Amino acid sequence: MKKLSARRRHPLAAVVVLLFALAATGGLYAVFAPADQAQADETAQSLAIDEGKKLYSVGCSSCHGANGQGGSDGPSLAGVGSAAVDFQVGTGRMPAATSQGAQVPKKKKIYSQAEIDQLAAYIASLGVGPTVPKPEQYSIKDADIGHGGELFRNNCAQCHNFTGEGGALTEGKYAPSLEGVDPKYIYEAMQTGPQNMPSFPDSTMPEEAKKDIIAYLDAVNGEDTPNPGGLKLGGLGPVSEGLFAWIFGLGALVATAVWVAARTAKAKKS
Amino acid sequence: MSSQDIPETSLPHEQATESSVATRVDKDPFADPGLPPHEHRIQDIDERAAKRSERTVALLFTVSMLSTVAFIASFVAFPIDKIVYIWPFGRVSALNFSLGLTLGLALFCIGAGAVHWARTLMSDVEVADERHAIEAEPEVKAKVMADFRQGAKESAIGRRKLIRNTMFGALALVPLSGVVLLRDLGPLPEDKLRHTKWAKGKLLVNQNTKEPLRPEDVAVGSLTFAMPEGMDEHDHGFLNEIAKAALMVVRMEPDDIKDKRELEWSHEGIVAYSKICTHVGCPVSLYEQQTHHVLCPCHQSTFDLTDGARVIFGPAGHPLPQLRIGVSEEGYLQALGDFEEPVGPSFWERG
Repeated sequence: MKKLSARRRHPLAAVVVLLFALAATGGLYAVFAPADQAQADETAQSLAIDEGKKLYSVGCSSCHGANGQGGSDGPSLAGVGSAAVDFQVGTGRMPAATSQGAQVPKKKKIYSQAEIDQLAAYIASLGVGPTVPKPEQYSIKDADIGHGGELFRNNCAQCHNFTGEGGALTEGKYAPSLEGVDPKYIYEAMQTGPQNMPSFPDSTMPEEAKKDIIAYLDAVNGEDTPNPGGLKLGGLGPVSEGLFAWIFGLGALVATAVWVAARTAKAKKS
Repeated sequence: MSSQDIPETSLPHEQATESSVATRVDKDPFADPGLPPHEHRIQDIDERAAKRSERTVALLFTVSMLSTVAFIASFVAFPIDKIVYIWPFGRVSALNFSLGLTLGLALFCIGAGAVHWARTLMSDVEVADERHAIEAEPEVKAKVMADFRQGAKESAIGRRKLIRNTMFGALALVPLSGVVLLRDLGPLPEDKLRHTKWAKGKLLVNQNTKEPLRPEDVAVGSLTFAMPEGMDEHDHGFLNEIAKAALMVVRMEPDDIKDKRELEWSHEGIVAYSKICTHVGCPVSLYEQQTHHVLCPCHQSTFDLTDGARVIFGPAGHPLPQLRIGVSEEGYLQALGDFEEPVGPSFWERG
């Protein structure tokens, strides 16, 4: 502080103070001036819908119909909401034209986030549906991990396994692993129920509960989750662990026993 | 593999010409070939090689000793919750990892040292050990029989009838105490397996929120688990009761429901089914919202929820029991009675 007050008569002090004052005023104005912002939003929104419709006509309409009404190759998109678009296109599942098999898998996404937002805006304009969650909706700050665990085991673990490792369903379908999935997509999946996953709408699973589930997943299957034992073999449970122990553990023991009793190396005959 | 593929050296007559038993093989193809001649190892003929082996064994034992010391040191050094990153195992507990590694190394080096010692330095001369008959010699047999007769005579079991009879009585009664203990396997379940906590007028309570469900809460394609009102997860015996009463609530388009009774027991397409598999009682709730199939993760029984939860695959013997639901005056979903049939796996007296 002393240093600061010693320099208060510096020739540039006034300039610095002026700069601070300008920055503070500008910042405050930006925060407290929402009216223009909203108007700008609205124009941006209708622009996004137009752009989204163009993208839709090129990339999606061959399966989902010219106006999202659905067809023999894809379901109707009226009322699926922007959350469904953000999940399906954002995780690369859509477009699914090149996908074969029982279920559309996660792929490299081919649209930029800006394009996805435009597509989402267009689809959301077709009918009311779940909207893309805001970051604070899936932020795990202050979430109850223990409660999330209870909810996860009750609602999700039957398919996704106890810590979200995923599992098999009927006829080649499967519940994917939740490891490394963006919390936003987990939230959207619960909201919209992609493919054969049932949905868990806010009316039966409130926003707080979803947050708790995401926090639980982050705690047990996150990037920094400790795995005290190491080598978890997929974390699938006793079947994979038992198979590993019986085949590789016992196999190594049998091989060693055979080697121990085998004929020893003999001196070469000269 | 045809006979042409066998290398010439391993054909029988080729080998036979090499040894002195060749002529005997010609006469008697089943003759005992005897042991092959003993060959020496390098350690048997070269003392320097033997010394090398000795040092290897000693080195292994020393590594084992050092590992034991390291085990004790890491037990002291690492706190129990210390997590470190070790490739390729990931973020593992430093204590677990070091204890496992050092103890494993200590035991492995003892074993490896012993095996190396036995294989390189201990005698490896082949020894034949002839088998002998299991039957005892006649003299031994006679001696045992004589001893037995002598013992029976000395105990006077044939003469002192009182002792003999009370002994038989005591031996016969002892097992009864074991039979009596079997009573503790009971009491019999009586009709507990036939009833659940569901009853007419009980509201369906959402297990996530503990609030009663309204029909408008349940969206098409959603999955909700419900329990009867008046139950608390902290109640004594809650798990026993929810194990029977667990309920899954799904909503379909009413037109998709094929079974007439199912449609009658549903409410605007909302159907409530027991969550307990009818095979061995696993929670069966792998619901696929596009096919409306429910899969049991234990033995892959699959139920079709559009058709009265009919079994379409797997070992389950019965469809899942359906709960008849309606709407209360306040607009909440409610049960219109208990399940019509026992939930869960079949049992002897189920009928």
